[in-house]
Amino acid sequence: MRRILASLVLLLAVLFMISANDSTKNQTAATGGLTLPPGFTATIVADKLGQARHIAVNSNGDIYVKLERVKDGKGILRLRDTNGDGTADDIFAFGNYGGTGIAIKNGYLYASSNSEVYRYKFNAKNEIENPDNPEVIVKGLVDKRQHASKSITLDDKGNIYVNIGAPSNACQETDRTAGSPGQMPCPILETAGGVWMFKTNQLNQTYAEGVRYVTGLRNVVGLDWNASMNELYVTQHGRDQLNQLHPTQYSAEQNAELPAEEFFMAKQGMDFGWPYCYYDPVQKKKVLAPEYGGDGKTEGVCGTKEKPLYAFPAHWAPNALLFYTGNAFGDKYKNGAFIAFHGSWNRAPLKQGGYNVVFVPMKDGKPSGAHEIFADNFAGGEEFLTPAKAQHRPCGLAMGNDGSMYISDDKGGTVWKITYTGK
Amino acid sequence: MMKKLNIILSLLIALIAASFTTQQQDVKASIQRGKKVYEKACLACHQKDGEGVPRMNPPLIKTTQVLGTKEKLIRIVLQGYNEEVEINGEYFDNPMPAQPQLSNQEIADVLTYVRNSFGNKATAVTLADVKMVRSKIK
Repeated sequence: MRRILASLVLLLAVLFMISANDSTKNQTAATGGLTLPPGFTATIVADKLGQARHIAVNSNGDIYVKLERVKDGKGILRLRDTNGDGTADDIFAFGNYGGTGIAIKNGYLYASSNSEVYRYKFNAKNEIENPDNPEVIVKGLVDKRQHASKSITLDDKGNIYVNIGAPSNACQETDRTAGSPGQMPCPILETAGGVWMFKTNQLNQTYAEGVRYVTGLRNVVGLDWNASMNELYVTQHGRDQLNQLHPTQYSAEQNAELPAEEFFMAKQGMDFGWPYCYYDPVQKKKVLAPEYGGDGKTEGVCGTKEKPLYAFPAHWAPNALLFYTGNAFGDKYKNGAFIAFHGSWNRAPLKQGGYNVVFVPMKDGKPSGAHEIFADNFAGGEEFLTPAKAQHRPCGLAMGNDGSMYISDDKGGTVWKITYTGK
Repeated sequence: MMKKLNIILSLLIALIAASFTTQQQDVKASIQRGKKVYEKACLACHQKDGEGVPRMNPPLIKTTQVLGTKEKLIRIVLQGYNEEVEINGEYFDNPMPAQPQLSNQEIADVLTYVRNSFGNKATAVTLADVKMVRSKIK
């Protein structure tokens, strides 16, 4: 009898697996809870790590995770898989500061707090030589809590690019307060609201040694150096609260769809328009912000500001950008852009959006088609799609040495590895 | 004599009960009006269910700020709030704008609504409470 029962259970399990595999976009153990395009699988490398922001992969396969807040006093985790089973079994924690930015280049690990950038040297065995005494590369950057994370990326000429988000929504005299006018000119732009360039090999740099590389960016969390174009690319978090601050000019519906989240190529000297302008994806132009006399249509100075390469739905919160330079995912994905959307809050009372990883095909440094949702179901189903109830929020992206892609999540503290199997 | 006392006592009890019911009805009405104010002035950041947005806009569920002294809570609405505080192990980045444009009645209603929604249960905030705090600020 027992044997029959056992066989029945086995049969049911097999049937279940077959039916689960039938569906093209399904959520099974092979996708780590995520939905992915056919042929891709996801495995969980580690979870419950804490607020896992950006991630970087070393040449030996170690994954470095930056935590927004320190956990047990440490803000960087090195994940190592010593037995090759795909999960991190050796985790080393160091760095006594929280933050977002992390990157690896030419034998150094770079990591940022909300006001400094540090670097650590790897030895010949790919171990960090002095985890408790990093060199301070940059210090004294603006940290006023709001938009304080300092994302980083590096070029091939010894420069590091640091986002300094504006500690403000729209540069009003009193932030996020109805009726408060926009400051003219916006003084925040002198020390924030852009990306600054510093040297990688020079210690203790401050604003005085840095270069304001591009300006007029409210807050960039996702940025990446595109080696094939030899240019910086950034994704901006657009402004909030058009309806709450200007209820007579904007409806809740307009608030949910305005402004677009923008994807830019950022050449030195460019100005993207914040706080004076925002991008309206319906009119396909930048218009004057209501704090600066805008009526939702007037272009004013905004005609001279840089246009986005691509406009994403409003408030999705692009937290990571990765140009995919590997071969493992196939031709379609080569040199295309992956963008991790942390997920919205300012679409309320309407339905929230984002909480996914999208792919944008690229040709000659420009989008060559519409974005498609690559990885989804981070939040845990439609009914859980509120910021507080979301189980996971995608925040970081990195490419593995084998062309796989890692995704980090700062809500559940999970790191997934995405692989193409063709099955 | 005894009879008279009985009548007076019953009348008194009835009066107290009646005023209690009226008070309860007043609170109920205040909560209903407060929900409307919440939807207009608070929901965008604190969300429909009062859970807020993790690490950005704080929750309003069983926190000391919401359930603590009424004066502090009224001051947050009237003067705004932009300090780094820990609530249930998390910190929140966005500033709370001051809302002095709300009337005393609107503030009393919305705070009574918040203190009696999302799993909260606390005494009502009255018009007199708000008047008193606003006069101190001016």
